[in-house]
Amino acid sequence: MSHFRIADDAHQPKTFAFTPEFQEKANKEIAKYPAGRQQSAVMALLDLAQRQHGWVTRAAVAHIADLLGMAEIRVWEVVSFYTMYRTTPGGRINVHVCTTTPCWLRGSDAVTAACKSKLGIGFGEATEDGQFALHEVECLGACVNAPILQIDDDYYEDVDGPKTEAILDAFMRGETPTPGPQVDRQTSAPVGGATTLHSVGGDD
Amino acid sequence: MLRDEDRIFTNLYGRHDWRLAGARKRGDWDNTAAIIKLGRDEIVNRMKASGLRGRGGAGFPTGLKWSFMPKDTGGRPSYLVVNADEGEPGTCKDRDIMRHDPHKLVEGCLIAGSAIGATAAYIYIRGEFYNEARHLQIAIDEAYDAGLLGKNAANSGFDFDVYVHRGAGAYLCGEETALIESLEGKKGQPRLKPPFPAGAGLYGCPSTVNNVESIAVAPTILRRGAEWFAGLGRENNTGTKLFCISGHVERPCNVEEEMGIPLRELIEKHAGGVRGGWDNLLAVIPGGSSTPVLPKNICDDILMDFDSLRGVGSGLGTAAVIVMDKSTDIIKAFARLAHFYRHESCGQCTPCREGFGWVERVMDRMVIGNARVEEIDMLFEVTKEIEGHTICAHGDGGSWPIQGLIRHFRPVMEARIAAYHAKAAA
Repeated sequence: MSHFRIADDAHQPKTFAFTPEFQEKANKEIAKYPAGRQQSAVMALLDLAQRQHGWVTRAAVAHIADLLGMAEIRVWEVVSFYTMYRTTPGGRINVHVCTTTPCWLRGSDAVTAACKSKLGIGFGEATEDGQFALHEVECLGACVNAPILQIDDDYYEDVDGPKTEAILDAFMRGETPTPGPQVDRQTSAPVGGATTLHSVGGDD
Repeated sequence: MLRDEDRIFTNLYGRHDWRLAGARKRGDWDNTAAIIKLGRDEIVNRMKASGLRGRGGAGFPTGLKWSFMPKDTGGRPSYLVVNADEGEPGTCKDRDIMRHDPHKLVEGCLIAGSAIGATAAYIYIRGEFYNEARHLQIAIDEAYDAGLLGKNAANSGFDFDVYVHRGAGAYLCGEETALIESLEGKKGQPRLKPPFPAGAGLYGCPSTVNNVESIAVAPTILRRGAEWFAGLGRENNTGTKLFCISGHVERPCNVEEEMGIPLRELIEKHAGGVRGGWDNLLAVIPGGSSTPVLPKNICDDILMDFDSLRGVGSGLGTAAVIVMDKSTDIIKAFARLAHFYRHESCGQCTPCREGFGWVERVMDRMVIGNARVEEIDMLFEVTKEIEGHTICAHGDGGSWPIQGLIRHFRPVMEARIAAYHAKAAA
C-alpha cells in the first residue's frame, strides 16, 4: 500500500477544467467502455488531469467525479490506491529509480546515490526550485536492462552512477537525452549482438 | 538450440519495422479470416492440442481456459481481457512483444476473441509502459484502418474491437480479478473466487484473462499447426518461451528458446554466462521473484520448464531468470523482495497486509544478523500462515521467496546472526 499525502489547501487551485485538447482525449477514453460503464475511464482521466496540470488537485478529482457520475470518494479511492498519481505539486520533472532486486543486483545503489547527490534531495522530495522530484519505485519491468532510471515517461536503461549524473546534467540544461540503453546494445538483445534471429525477421 | 525458423517473435529486439507493413512481412495477418472461420470449437481444440500453457506464471492450459467460456450467455456480452500489467520482478518479455511485435498481440486478440465468443478485448497495460502503450495503440489504429478490426474484422464475418487501458502503478493489478476491478474504475483489490471470470468477470459478464505472450503466440500456433508447437519442448511442457535473463550474467538479455532448455545452457549460450564463470554462481531465481530460489547444485542440470522446476520445489513462473553470483548478499536480496511484497499488498486481507510488514521488518534485522536463530523458524512459520490464507495469490507469491531462502540458505542466515552477536560481545 502506498503512502498518500494531499497538498494543503493553500496549494490547491479552486477550480479545474480540461482544456479543449484534453477534453477531446478524455472523451475518447470514455468512449472505450460500454454505455453506463464510464467509471472505467477514471484512471485515464486522472492521468490526463495530471498531464494537464502537473499533479492531481482536489478540484480535478471533483471535476472527474462529476464528469463520470461517481461519488468523489470513489475517485479518491482510486487516486490513493495507485502510485502514479501525484497529489502534491512536487517537481516538474519526475525522476524514478527502481531499486527492486534485479536492479539492485546490477547497481541501483549507485544510481540512487548519484540522484541524491546531484539533486540534493532524498526520495519523496522535490528540489527547492520545483524543477525535479525524486521517487523510489518498485520493479519497472525492464530487468534485462537494469538498472533503470525512469524520467517522466521514458526509461533510461543500463545506467550507472556517472551515466545517471550525465543524464541529470542534460535535463538541468533543458535537454532531453535519448532514452533506452545507455550502453552499446539494441534494446533487450545482449551486448555484442543477438545470439539468435540472424536468418529471419524480414529484410527492412 | 531452437532453430530461428521455429522462433515466433522474429522482431523481438526491434531490429525490423514493428508497424503493420513490417508485421505482414513476418507473416502476421496472413489470411486471419481462414483461422477464424475454423470456428470456436476447432480453434479451442487446436490450442488444446498444442499443449500451450499460460505464459503469465501459473501455467494453466490456454485452450482449456478458453473452453470454459459459456456459449449461452443470456444476452450478456463476453470479453477477452489481456493482462499486460507486467511487473513480476525479473520479467520484461511482454514489453518487447508490445513495442516490437504489437501486431502479434492484436491479431491474437481477434483470434482468441472469436474462440471465446467475445465482442471486445481490453488490454490492461501497466502505466509505466507509456511508450509501449503508444506502440500498441498505433498498431490497433493501423488494424482498424486496414479493416482488420471492427465490423467484419479481417473479412471474417466477425465483429471485434480492441482497446488499451493503462494502469497507474500497482503490481497487484496483475492478479486477474484485481485487474478486472481496476478496469471497472476501482482500486485493484482481488475478488473472491468463485465466481470465476468465465462466469462473471468484467462488468459481471463472461471474461477470459490471458497473459500477453499466451495471446501473441496463438496466431502462429494456429498457422503452423498444433503439432509443430507440441513437437517442441516435451510432453506437458511444449513450445517455445520467452526467457528474461537478468542479474549477474555477462550479457543480460531476453531470448526466445525451446521449453525445457537446460538453465546452464540458456545462461551460457545467450547471456554470456555467469559473471566470473559458472563456478562463481551462488543461486538463481528461475521464474520471476515469486518462484523459490535454487542454489547452484540444482542449477547445474535443471531444465527450464513447468514440471522440472516444480519437481525441485520452485516453478517456471514467467521464465524470468534472476542470476546471483557469489558476491551477492543473498539475505539482502530477499529483504528487498520482502519490501516489494509488503509495498504491493493491496491491504485487503490481514495475513498479507500485516504479515508482509512483519516479514520485512524481520528480514531487515536478518540482513545485519540482529536476530535470534529461532526467529528463522518463526519467519518460516509466519510465511506458512500467510500462504493460502488470502483471497489472491499475493500471499503465496510473497511467502515462497522467503521459504526458498530459508530452505537453501539457512546456514548463511545463522552465520550472519552468529557474527553479529560475536561482534556485539567483543
